Amino acid sequence: MGEPHLFAATVLLATVTVGLVRVLLGTGRVEGLLALQLLGTTAVAVVLLLAQGLELSGLRDLALVLGLLASTVAVAFVRYGGLDSWRDGPKQ
Amino acid sequence: MDLLGWLFIGLGVAFFLSGTVALLRFPDLYTRLHALTKADNLGLGLVASGLALQAGSFAVALKLLLIWLLIMLASASVSHLIARAARAARAAGHGTESGT
Repeated sequence: MGEPHLFAATVLLATVTVGLVRVLLGTGRVEGLLALQLLGTTAVAVVLLLAQGLELSGLRDLALVLGLLASTVAVAFVRYGGLDSWRDGPKQ
Repeated sequence: MDLLGWLFIGLGVAFFLSGTVALLRFPDLYTRLHALTKADNLGLGLVASGLALQAGSFAVALKLLLIWLLIMLASASVSHLIARAARAARAAGHGTESGT
């Protein structure tokens, strides 16, 4: 155990960095939200790999919190005016 | 068991890579959403299974499984929400800034 886990985590971090560059280049808010979802899922995988590689079992709880936060952000974004016409709630 | 775990983790990382490529290359919001949610959850599932195989403890493996299930549930709901909101926005004449 150890090094290979950290290597895999590094590869995932590099991957998600590429995704974040897209947000910086700014193609739109929805794209940013999608990149954030990608970041959320990837961060969970990275933290799980770190938990095993560094043998810190507490990091698995952190993975749970990260996953929950990523989805909460998306719900808040959709509900409170991320997309203009959605601001007043569902139309039905 | 260890080797099989590494195989799973390697495959999972590959799926994350393809998910990012899809986010960068696919033409519009809906295809990106489709690629992102599937590829990422499969990637996470493979990484979690690989780690569970290496964990050597039933409790840890169960926790990894639960984490994966939670993320899948969350990301399925969220992708549905985003797609529905984007569709409503477009129907109302607001651009979603991701037309084409």
